[in-house]
Amino acid sequence: MRRLAKAAQILIAMLREIFDESAYARFLRRAEVQSSRKSYAAFCRERESSRSRGPRCC
Amino acid sequence: MLDGMNKSLWFLIWILVGVVGAGALSVVAVHRGEPINALWLVVAATCCYALGYRFYAKFIAAKILAVDGLRATPAERLENGRDFLVTNKWVVFGHHFAAIAGPGPLVGPVLAAQFGYLPGVLWVVIGAVFAGCVQDFVILLFSVRRDGKSLTEMAKEETGAVGGFVAYAAVIAILIILLAVIALVVVNALKDSPWGTFTIAMTIPIALLMGVYLRRIRPGKVLEVSVLGFVLVLLAIWGGQGISQSPTLAPLFSLRAQTLAIAIIIYAFAASVVPVWLLLAPRDYLSTFVKLGTIGLLGIGIVALHPALHMPALTRFVDGTGPVFAGRIFPFAFITIACGAISGFHSLISSGTTPKLIARETETRMVGYGAMMAESAVAVMAIIAACVLQPGVYFAINSPAGIVGQSAAAATATISNWGFPVTAANMQALAHAVGEQTLFNRTGGAPAFAVGMAHIFSQSLGGSAVMALWYHFAVMFEALFILTILDAGTRVARFMIQDALGHIYNPFGRTSWYPSILTTSALIVAAWGFFLWQGVKDPLGGINSLWPLFGIANQLLATVALCVATTIIIKMHHPKYALVTLVPLAWLVAATFTASWRKILDPNQRIGFLSQADALAAGPQTAATARLIFNNRLDAAVTAALVVMVMLVLFESARQWIAVLTGREEAQVKESPFVMTRLAAEERI
Repeated sequence: MRRLAKAAQILIAMLREIFDESAYARFLRRAEVQSSRKSYAAFCRERESSRSRGPRCC
Repeated sequence: MLDGMNKSLWFLIWILVGVVGAGALSVVAVHRGEPINALWLVVAATCCYALGYRFYAKFIAAKILAVDGLRATPAERLENGRDFLVTNKWVVFGHHFAAIAGPGPLVGPVLAAQFGYLPGVLWVVIGAVFAGCVQDFVILLFSVRRDGKSLTEMAKEETGAVGGFVAYAAVIAILIILLAVIALVVVNALKDSPWGTFTIAMTIPIALLMGVYLRRIRPGKVLEVSVLGFVLVLLAIWGGQGISQSPTLAPLFSLRAQTLAIAIIIYAFAASVVPVWLLLAPRDYLSTFVKLGTIGLLGIGIVALHPALHMPALTRFVDGTGPVFAGRIFPFAFITIACGAISGFHSLISSGTTPKLIARETETRMVGYGAMMAESAVAVMAIIAACVLQPGVYFAINSPAGIVGQSAAAATATISNWGFPVTAANMQALAHAVGEQTLFNRTGGAPAFAVGMAHIFSQSLGGSAVMALWYHFAVMFEALFILTILDAGTRVARFMIQDALGHIYNPFGRTSWYPSILTTSALIVAAWGFFLWQGVKDPLGGINSLWPLFGIANQLLATVALCVATTIIIKMHHPKYALVTLVPLAWLVAATFTASWRKILDPNQRIGFLSQADALAAGPQTAATARLIFNNRLDAAVTAALVVMVMLVLFESARQWIAVLTGREEAQVKESPFVMTRLAAEERI
């Protein structure tokens, strides 16, 4: 049961990372701000300069 | 005592895996006549992957790379909470797999199925274990050892400035050709298909809605909005059926190939210039959500239903006369199937985001080697999806009208004469079952994959009554996937050109300066749009010339990556171990150089660009002929330029290897200094 819970925890962590939710949470912690439209806009700007430059495979 | 027992047990288990794998592979290889069950392919591939990962990858990690769990990675040393971040290995694995898994492992194997299932399966499994997984793994580890440097930076440092320049030029060339060829796949899947076109058109407002929802209503709730987007896409698929049956609305969404091509070019330009959050990011999330779910579902479907493969192990087209693309198994199967076996593009991901997330060096095996194994498994699934179709149906869908004839009667007669019986009535019934007007001449691989996937799913989930829904779900999945790569790829290429032009005129380097954004976006869209237009107008369907060009470019980038890897391994004082990358390198050089030679100079008009141009020049001249002649000569020139560039890298690398091995040059690798990890005993999530 504990293993199952751990696997579920990792799966959720994986999905949160793939879908940038973890990156946004880290951004909020780093910038010491609450989640808001303004914070998310700042996060998107930051992501644009790094993530969107990364190639996606064929 | 217990340790000894455990060891003996594991020894027996691995012997069993080896025996089962060898048995399954033998059945796959020697089986002829009756349809073979897909489970044989699944078992053979799984055992090969397990053995490759347990023994070969472990050998590479221990003996060649000397992977060190105590050495701090850049994620730990340079952690900044943004790009560099210590991350759980499973999370990095998922992230890496989501980045490397594109339409390539789905489309390439479907096209190569014209040779039968055997060449594709052998290349996908053996190629992945000995070449693709090795490339991804070693490049990832070398990037980790160099503070997450990119392939172009490593090429510049280890093989010289020529290597860096060629890697850069190859990336641009691949992006342009890739974007053109995948756009052509979408055009061929959606032409004259009101249902498919409506569904895909609806993903644009859905993505915009998701963007606004994320930005204004629930900031940062990406998983939530992805689920919402997915539900809306399912509704769009359902609604598409009504559109296709409406006498007034259906004509609005029944577009010709040229119209679709123009629409896609305009869309990609718009997506490249509007803010990322509005269209690109939400589409990316939606596409990833659908992609991961569908791949998982397909895997479960194949294992649970284990359908029979109707395609023979080898077809008569091994002689190079295939209708899907011309050319013999060697070299054309090896450039047609890239991503499922080895893909140069992966080396960019392995030296991009991923090395900056790796917590320990020991995890590079699982992420680099393991994720490529998963990608290879996706390619095996694509082969199965294509080969569950009756061969006659497969060839009717994938053959261009220029080869099999314009009418249904002519096409079925030609294909039946090849020994693959199919009737016009069969094809009409199948088209009706999947909600299309016709399935003839749907080249590009995507429609055949969609029919195969719909066939597998409809056997258990809903029966033939919902086959049309499954077909359009599969088309939506592929088209959404591809359009996401189109807009993301256009943007990436735009950034690369802006960076380069910034050296000539500073403001061009500013990614937020609109004149620069508009100019470079137009430049890149025009470049791939040109090749797309060429493909759309090509009487042979376009795939015949563009997919090999893409395959050659992609495999040449893998050649650059393997040159860099071999150089580093030789510098690490392991000349004998250099065979691990040198053998796949030699194979790739042989395959890609032969393919390039044939595509340029082969006297067969269906293969050689120049012979086709000469034949056209000798015939009656029209404006269209002049354009076709120019296109063929341009394709020949592009192929030649790529080969020359890669030859330069090969010579530069070989010069380095000889200098190091003869002691004329000091073997100095450019790794970051060793720093002891602080994470050794910690648990991380």
